[in-house]
Amino acid sequence: MSLLGEDYTTEEGEFVINIGPQHPSTHGVLHLKVWLDGETIKKVQPHLGYIHRSIEKMSESLSYRNFIYATSRMDYLSAHINNQACALCVEKGLQIEAPPRAQMIRIILAELTRLASHQLWWGCTGLDLGAVSPFFYAFREREAILEIMEETCGARLTQNFCVPGGIMADIHPNFQKRTKDVLKQIKSKFQEYDDVLTGNVIFENRNKNVGFLTAEDAISFGCTGPMARGSGVSCDVRKWFPYDGYDKVQFDEVLGKEGDCFSRYMVRMNEMKQSVSIIEQLIDNIPEGDFQAKTKMVLKLPKGEFYQRVETARGELGVFIVSDGAASPYRIKYRSPNFSNLSALDHVARGYKIGDLVAIMSTIDLIIPDVDR
Amino acid sequence: MTNEELKQYISALFPTVTYDETGEFLNILIASTELKPLIKTLRYEDDLKFNFLFCLTCIDWKTNLMMVYHLISKTHKHIVVIKAKIADVVKPEIETVCDIYQTANFHEREVYDLFGVNFKNHPDMRRLLLDESWEGYPLRKNYVDENMITI
Repeated sequence: MSLLGEDYTTEEGEFVINIGPQHPSTHGVLHLKVWLDGETIKKVQPHLGYIHRSIEKMSESLSYRNFIYATSRMDYLSAHINNQACALCVEKGLQIEAPPRAQMIRIILAELTRLASHQLWWGCTGLDLGAVSPFFYAFREREAILEIMEETCGARLTQNFCVPGGIMADIHPNFQKRTKDVLKQIKSKFQEYDDVLTGNVIFENRNKNVGFLTAEDAISFGCTGPMARGSGVSCDVRKWFPYDGYDKVQFDEVLGKEGDCFSRYMVRMNEMKQSVSIIEQLIDNIPEGDFQAKTKMVLKLPKGEFYQRVETARGELGVFIVSDGAASPYRIKYRSPNFSNLSALDHVARGYKIGDLVAIMSTIDLIIPDVDR
Repeated sequence: MTNEELKQYISALFPTVTYDETGEFLNILIASTELKPLIKTLRYEDDLKFNFLFCLTCIDWKTNLMMVYHLISKTHKHIVVIKAKIADVVKPEIETVCDIYQTANFHEREVYDLFGVNFKNHPDMRRLLLDESWEGYPLRKNYVDENMITI
């Protein structure tokens, strides 16, 4: 037992190495302690909390308008979707609904966020496995999306555009035109993505038959998002519990079969195409009208409990608000997708080689601020 | 199953439980000692099959602590919320469910970390987010942070 109460006990022939907290392949300050027998992984123990900012505790002293902005810093690549979840949960408590125009703009932005997030993931996955070029290809398209965000929301990453009752401001006059241009650009690049990375022999060999997760285990570990869908578990919140008008949009839930790294990779690649199709259906049909419902200056939720879930780029984000009737939440819980996905890492990685751990980590697509909160 | 059918089914097996339907989901209120047999039934009975624990957390009501388990069945698509009341706030204890739902392992460690609830028979009951040397449980309502500066 060391100072931190950590366990370094090993069996005959085993040794322990530390990966992180500042290792680039862990995508943030995640510290993994890996028990190895030669090159084979015996056990992985994640150590969390390096960027724990106690967002749940903070939210207990913030008003229902203000706590939303803290959530942008959880999963910073799905910041808009996090805000949307909170806004929807407060709306559920107030029993109001955002106007149709606001709802549609919200889901267009959510799908743009998903595209940007998956593109960053695609670039980083390539980078993790030794392919540097995809990173630049991905950032080219991601940059175009972030510019749309900047123009309409005023910020590139932490948009804070959703407020209880709608969106903060109306869209920029250029929004529709620019979005259509970007979609055209992205659609023409999908083939390029596949040529650069998907069909690459080295990349395929490192991802296929590595990091298997069965459907049963995915459910037991509470995995959601592309990680669970890669194993064939249907869990898309947009289909199961539609919100903000997702029930009026035509799209397919992308499911994988094998449950290995490559299957998770393909789910995300195909999800990008679905996102493009969703935006194409909506972008020309944004209804006229208000972008925000009328709400009181000080929001007070009635006594009770409210649960709202949304599909972020990484899975199901749940916001659970317990209200005692005051102007700030009594207790708030964020059920973050990455937290549950990470808990499956030990199970998934056991028995594979240390080099495969990088492939497994990158296809789980962890965002550590979302795990630590 | 609808909420009414679920209530009938569960009441037949556990006559002492009470229900609360004011919220969005069917809430089942129980004492902390009844948790394990109830969750086992919900998970393994073929007609219920609540196989996905999608949220596990705790609420500090000052006089008692309340564990909240959100369960959904992926096959039957019904949802229940179990609320287990822990009366002892000084030394809160409850049985672990991580042998039934593996996701509970991390979630219970988080609750232990932030609320101080001790989960009996948990395989790895350590703090998760905070440092081992941290004193107190930050999400409890009686937690006082001495370093906090009010502006």
